[in-house]
Amino acid sequence: MKTIKILSLLLLGGVFLMSCSSDDNNPEPVNEEELITTMTVTLTPQGGGTAITLESRDLDGDGPNAPEITVSGNLSANTSYDGVIVLLNETETPAEDITAEVAQEAEEHQFIFSTTGAILAVDYSDADSNGNPVGIVFTMETGDAGAGTITITLRHEPTKPNDGTLAGAGGETDIAQTFNVTVE
Amino acid sequence: MLCIGVPFYVIAQTCDLSIQGQVIDFHDATPLKGAELILLDRGVTIVSDQNGRYEFAGLCPGDYELQVSHPDCTTQTIEFYLETDRILDIKLEHHLEELEEVKVVGEKLYDKTNSAQEKGITAGVLDMYSSASLGDALKEITGVSSLNTGSNIVKPVIHGLSGTRVLILNDGVRMQDMEWGDEHAPNVDINSAGTATVIKGASALQYGGDAIGGVILLEQERVFAQDTLFGKTQLNGMTNGRGGVFSSELTKTFGQGWFAKGQASYKRLGDQESPDYVLSNTGIQELGASLHLGKRQLEWGFDVRYSYYDANIAILRASHIGNIDDLIRGINSGEPLVIEPFTYDLVRPRQEVTHHLGKLLAYRRFEGLGKLTVQYDFQNNRRFEYDVRVGSDRDKASIDLDLTTHSATADFKWDAKENYQLQAGLMGRYQNNFANPDTGVRRLIPDYDKYDFGSYIIADYRANDSWTLDTGLRYDFVRIDAKKFYQVSRWEERGYNTEFQEFVIDDLGTQLLTNPVFDFNNLSATFGANFSRKRENVLRFNYALSQRAPNPSELFSDGLHHSAARIELGDLRIKSETAHKISVAQEWSYDRWGVTLEPYFNVIRDFVLLEPSGVEFTLRGAFPVWEFRQTDARIMGLDAAGYIAWNTHWKTDHSFAITKGTDTENDIPLINIPAARIGNRITYRTNKNNGLEVSLRSDYIFRQNEYPPDITVFSPEQQQEVLLEINTPPDAYHLLGLYGKMDFALSDKLGLTTSLTVTNLLNTQYRDYLNRQRFFADDLGRNIIVQLKLNY
Repeated sequence: MKTIKILSLLLLGGVFLMSCSSDDNNPEPVNEEELITTMTVTLTPQGGGTAITLESRDLDGDGPNAPEITVSGNLSANTSYDGVIVLLNETETPAEDITAEVAQEAEEHQFIFSTTGAILAVDYSDADSNGNPVGIVFTMETGDAGAGTITITLRHEPTKPNDGTLAGAGGETDIAQTFNVTVE
Repeated sequence: MLCIGVPFYVIAQTCDLSIQGQVIDFHDATPLKGAELILLDRGVTIVSDQNGRYEFAGLCPGDYELQVSHPDCTTQTIEFYLETDRILDIKLEHHLEELEEVKVVGEKLYDKTNSAQEKGITAGVLDMYSSASLGDALKEITGVSSLNTGSNIVKPVIHGLSGTRVLILNDGVRMQDMEWGDEHAPNVDINSAGTATVIKGASALQYGGDAIGGVILLEQERVFAQDTLFGKTQLNGMTNGRGGVFSSELTKTFGQGWFAKGQASYKRLGDQESPDYVLSNTGIQELGASLHLGKRQLEWGFDVRYSYYDANIAILRASHIGNIDDLIRGINSGEPLVIEPFTYDLVRPRQEVTHHLGKLLAYRRFEGLGKLTVQYDFQNNRRFEYDVRVGSDRDKASIDLDLTTHSATADFKWDAKENYQLQAGLMGRYQNNFANPDTGVRRLIPDYDKYDFGSYIIADYRANDSWTLDTGLRYDFVRIDAKKFYQVSRWEERGYNTEFQEFVIDDLGTQLLTNPVFDFNNLSATFGANFSRKRENVLRFNYALSQRAPNPSELFSDGLHHSAARIELGDLRIKSETAHKISVAQEWSYDRWGVTLEPYFNVIRDFVLLEPSGVEFTLRGAFPVWEFRQTDARIMGLDAAGYIAWNTHWKTDHSFAITKGTDTENDIPLINIPAARIGNRITYRTNKNNGLEVSLRSDYIFRQNEYPPDITVFSPEQQQEVLLEINTPPDAYHLLGLYGKMDFALSDKLGLTTSLTVTNLLNTQYRDYLNRQRFFADDLGRNIIVQLKLNY
């Protein structure tokens, strides 16, 4: 019967469609390029002495593992430190330096520092082309011995210039990490 | 169905016989004008006159088959032998719903199912929403709401369900446009549809067995076999967004059933505005075009359709956030964190989607048997999502998906018998998704191949003048074969290393390439009854069992969704969900008043839902994690609508809808269940003053008081646990709207309709629970829309 003929033709067509469509090529992996896996803050005492590093490292990015935070040692009381921030993408080999990208687009970025306890103040030591602070290099003052925290936030497209607070800067957060430190 | 033939004898001669009579309504015997009568095999077509009368003359003796159709009625075929002149009165049944495709003429809509809750909106109402979107227009139907991302991305929600659970059939083609995403609007140009019908449930099995929410049928207006050329052009201008929509269509039909139709529309809006501020980056540019041609005759026909849709949609700048502290700031600030002056620019974040749809359809009617329809359709959907990015990736998309679908269907309908009808069909579908790795962002949705095979059988039995019963059964096989990279840490955290290790095909150190293959066997069934005491009083009962295979997003989502600032996690363990829905519809529709009551009860086993479950920490701070999980759910509610025609000029319409959703396993409310709403409208209409029509509408949307608990998260910025009010719904709100319309006959063939619509008349400040941007900004303020429509 004609009906059945047409139906079976169609079915055959469907089977053909399904059998000729698979391709066995495996997809390429994606290594996220703009991922920041590691922030290393090196604090060198201005009068000389051992540099202290604060590091936050999250190799799986938006994966389930939280960043590992390490502080290499204790800070000295009533001391001025020169600070430098390095951002890396360690999922690539060799690791990609993201600090350079931030420096390149300095007008659209700013590190915001907030401190508590024995960390007294942070001052910017650098500026973008408009004379506004960036915060890749900075200075930090410690107070009397005790515990303290330093929170470093990188904001993308903040209001510039601003009052140096998170609320004043606005924009979007690229990095936000808090380090617990001891001053002795 | 009754046909009365009263034969009487005159002298018979060769080929000068005639048959004449009257076409009347079965129920009230009113004459039906405009009924189309076709003598099959003779190719003679006539139309009944004002009094329903018709006459065929100059006929030879012999066997004849007469087909009678009328926009309001079920088509009837009558066989007779002619040896003398005859008088044949034909009674047409007004009300037998067919489990068949819709036939639409002008403002008339046919029921698509016998016993399901369903409601259509006519071309006239769609025209009113020409400058909005399909999702906005469908909200005219009680029980339909929408899940929005701003005001340009509007996903229809039926009885609290949306996304993959709502099938959209665009002229017989099931849309494959990545409907799994909450921020993915249907890729359909509202101006390309002739009518729209919503079936609130999975009772129309020919379209799919997985429509746990329902089916939306978009159809073209029916083309008559007459030699004519007609069309319409619409121009809309609106104040909010400072833009408009241009839409035009032209149809040419020929006497032999040939037709051709072309249609195109273009929409452009800049930033839209809330009552107090500009919603920066909420513009849209949308282009739709379609070409449709074919030949339609009673016995056979075919049609070819191609449609194109492209939308470039800007997403509220303030909704793009960096981490959970930004989200807390956004929620607490009360107004968007970014407010710029008005602009037409569409900047990041934004989406660009393109949809191509091609369709070939052919049918043939076999005498005394039924109708065979075969169809092939092709769809390609391309989606780019652009986030705010830095450095060399600044101009790259973050999501770049290319979805290609081929489908073939065959359907046979046995409709030769008067009191029952059988329909059976087969469907095969192949789909391929390609996720472009050039984005430099890990794929949220992986590459996959998907195979679908479906078969169904549906029966309709007309027991007597009042009772019509229907039943149907459908089986679907779904295979999904994906190639996906998992981070090793995620693979282990999910516990996949113990359950799904056999899927791993390559180990790249920090990432694993896996090849998950899943098969799903789904069964759907429905039965129902329609009890029509008379035309104005109809009771419908329907039970639908439906099963839905998980979509790629539910299975495979994995990663940070930048535009939503959330980590979305699918689950490989998700299986098909099974729904049992019982619905009842009682409808009284008299000239002076009408009431429709539609209660429903839906029990869903293994219901898949996406809700916030906690936070994960990254170098960028903390992100809320949204996880798919399965539970047992119950959704019940009531849709009620009514009207009163106070006199020939004044009419009021009233509606009420409430939905309650519960996660019965954990005894907590379901997320994203629409709040109850009350709608009222008063309309004044007159035949004088150029058909002046004015209406005032009021919509009151209650606060949703049933929602899952908020989550507590650690805020790095505040160094403490804070309550993230991510589920707390906004307050109730009330909106007023105004509509006015006048018609002008410019000439015999040229008509102009002008209309003025004002939405949010009082410029009320509000936020809606089902708008994903409610955390960041108020909804739209007042909008004044002027529309000019030329019919020719």
